Amino acid sequence: MAPRLKLFLPLILFAVLALFLFRGLSLDPRAMPSALIDKPFPVFSLPALESGETLDRSLLLGKVSLVNIWATWCISCRVEHPYLNQLTEAGIHIVGVNYKDDDESAKRWLADLGNPYSINIVDAAGNLGLDLGVYGAPETYFVDAEGVIRYRHVGVIDERVWRSKLAAIYAEIGGELPPSLAGAGS
Amino acid sequence: MIPEFGHFALIVALCLAVLLASVPLWGAWRRNTGAMALAPGLAMGLLVFSGISFACLAVAFLQDDFSVEVVANNSNSLLPAIYKFSAVWGNHEGSLLLWILILAVWTAAVATFSRQLPLLVLSRVLAVMGFVAVGFLSFSLLTSNPFARLIPGTPADGQDLNPLLQDPGLIIHPPLLYMGYVGFSVAFAFAIAALLGGRLDASWARWSRPWTNIAWAFLTLGIMLGSWWAYYELGWGGWWFWDPVENASFMPWLAGTALIHSLAVTEKRGLFKSWTVLLAIFAFSLSLLGTFLVRSGVLTSVHAFATDPARGLFILVFLAIVVGGSLTLYALRAPAVNSRVSFAWLSRETLLLVNNVVFLVATLTVLFGTLFPLLMDALGQGKYSVGPPYFNAVFVPLMALLVPFMGLGPVSRWKRDSAQRWKAELLLPAIAALACGLTLPLLHGEYNLWVALALVLAGWLLLGLGRDVWLRLRAAPTLARGLRRTPASYWGMVVAHLGFAACVVGVVATSQYSIERDLKMEAGQAETLAGYRFEFVELANFRGPNFRADEARFVVTRDGEEIARLAPQKRRYLASNQIMTEAAIDAGLFRDLFIAMGEPVGQGGAWAIRLHYKPMVRWMWLGAILMAVGGFITVVDKRYRRQRAASTASAGEVARGAQA
Repeated sequence: MAPRLKLFLPLILFAVLALFLFRGLSLDPRAMPSALIDKPFPVFSLPALESGETLDRSLLLGKVSLVNIWATWCISCRVEHPYLNQLTEAGIHIVGVNYKDDDESAKRWLADLGNPYSINIVDAAGNLGLDLGVYGAPETYFVDAEGVIRYRHVGVIDERVWRSKLAAIYAEIGGELPPSLAGAGS
Repeated sequence: MIPEFGHFALIVALCLAVLLASVPLWGAWRRNTGAMALAPGLAMGLLVFSGISFACLAVAFLQDDFSVEVVANNSNSLLPAIYKFSAVWGNHEGSLLLWILILAVWTAAVATFSRQLPLLVLSRVLAVMGFVAVGFLSFSLLTSNPFARLIPGTPADGQDLNPLLQDPGLIIHPPLLYMGYVGFSVAFAFAIAALLGGRLDASWARWSRPWTNIAWAFLTLGIMLGSWWAYYELGWGGWWFWDPVENASFMPWLAGTALIHSLAVTEKRGLFKSWTVLLAIFAFSLSLLGTFLVRSGVLTSVHAFATDPARGLFILVFLAIVVGGSLTLYALRAPAVNSRVSFAWLSRETLLLVNNVVFLVATLTVLFGTLFPLLMDALGQGKYSVGPPYFNAVFVPLMALLVPFMGLGPVSRWKRDSAQRWKAELLLPAIAALACGLTLPLLHGEYNLWVALALVLAGWLLLGLGRDVWLRLRAAPTLARGLRRTPASYWGMVVAHLGFAACVVGVVATSQYSIERDLKMEAGQAETLAGYRFEFVELANFRGPNFRADEARFVVTRDGEEIARLAPQKRRYLASNQIMTEAAIDAGLFRDLFIAMGEPVGQGGAWAIRLHYKPMVRWMWLGAILMAVGGFITVVDKRYRRQRAASTASAGEVARGAQA
């Protein structure tokens, strides 16, 4: 290669990177691959954190649930945790998926910060996460009473997101919304 | 009125920046001295008007003017005054204004302290900085106006500053970090000016070196404060998470570390010229990329500001112009021919090359890990997340690889050195480091190989430096003369390298020896951890200015002797209803004792309590402070003052050249 051409290499690499960044702007890191919306929650057979008994998707039938992907290594999970506690207190059914984590830390976390989950699925290898297309914890799936995924929220759930957006979705898929958690618009 | 005044000042600043970016550059092209001489004045004007604009926003915050949107969203009448002030940069719009102000400070500083530079160079440097200012000022005015009003619809009170940000560490963390980020624009501007001028000799390296060192030192302090803040404020004793936003500040630091070493080679030996220019462009590009990542919403992170695709597109276009433009200039103007100066394999040049390769690989590793989710998503390969295991797996071996060479560095000679000489000088330090490093962990009971390795490496750095200092002083006729003859930049290097050694020890010791325990405790109970007895004395209610808290009062004793009284809190902030854990820490040089409250357990007043014993954790931050101090010390070196006299002479030459 001519010496002068070699000096163009950084420019070419940057151009490629800039293209990716441009593409990234139109992608929403919080968006769900649309394939899973309105599809049944993936089949799984994984142990429960608390008891070790084997759980499967029948766990999600019969009532509207939030399936929250969390881990002790996830900073944002710690941020949203107090609000999940509030949601549970108000009667929302939350199932936890303890994602790529170790059981001891997870139990300690729950003892420390309170346990908002009716039950926790242990997904140590991340297989369920893979089936769901988890981008990173925390993520929360809204699953209706038939066990069908109706919505996916990536990132922290706090009072602002809940009232502005999630409360309405929760009500729309058939969830009973206690008055204390009603959305801003309703 | 005051916000409108601030808005107007910002527009004036933009006009001045446009002039600064164009007129002196035109002057440099046409050799018009009058046009070039305008640059310093315009730089001062930019500082004055950005300063006024920033002050106006600060006043709006301090006076609780909730008709201003950012004030309403990020402040509250109950907020203590100091946090009202720091809330100015606790949001996207205000922090951008701080970015602009700091850029103006650097530009004015270059204009003030580099008057002895050839006018041709100075005008080009200031014009490049003016161009960067144009980009950020228009970004602020067009997409993120900090002075937007909520009229009608002014709320009675503000929504409050995020409680995580209501903290002394966060008052100074962003300004220091930005001093570092933005400071790299100076090295960048010098590099571009050199490319524009076509004279890529050692002099531009000498001019930009002190600026680069200061910027690097500020960035080091900024990152250190961020880590320290995470440690005590997030409440579970972690200090680095490889979060995209942390990486955004870490990448320019890594590239900057390569840059300050490569600049040394270029200045002293006239080597690696194109490479150093490329690193200067790279370091500042990473600062800009960090800004893009944090403010565009392409990556998810807890630290990220509220995001908006229009903003993302604006920064990306600006990034493309600045980075694409400078890399094009680089491709066209950088010397393509290798320098005729040569060096042997065993020489200081080679060791600094190793430094550059290691830090570049480290930068690219972090860059790749940070952007990987984005790349896979853009390629339609699905959603991924990259966690600490990846970064640790690559980063730790890289740093371990670096240290053996780093120990050789100071003792080594330029051009050509010999293995015999290295052996003669460093065999003793090497054996001593091995012996101390391998035996010291025995004192701690259970033997830990990682700690031993860290101690060997740190000892090697320490003793190698000691040996070099001793050789230097011994060569002088008297100690006093030896001390006087040793330049400040040398002492800066020694201090910074010692800081790095302290950091290595701190990181490894605290990762390996920390003990943490989670307990259910109620008042009256006591627990013992690592020989310290933690007694939970009483549970109290505490009322802060804008929060209420449960407070667990602890007395820590060792062998019956009181060590500390600690009172961790669980706070509920009144305006936002957010709950925060406020850890209590007894800090020490050799260990921290850390208590954080979890949740109440049952109705009987018992709480989940987390106790930590963290040995040597301070060494990490003290090490970072030492590194920064080292960076600052290099700047007082006499040779940068001598250089002024020299550059005045060369300015005369340019003037004569222009006349001819």
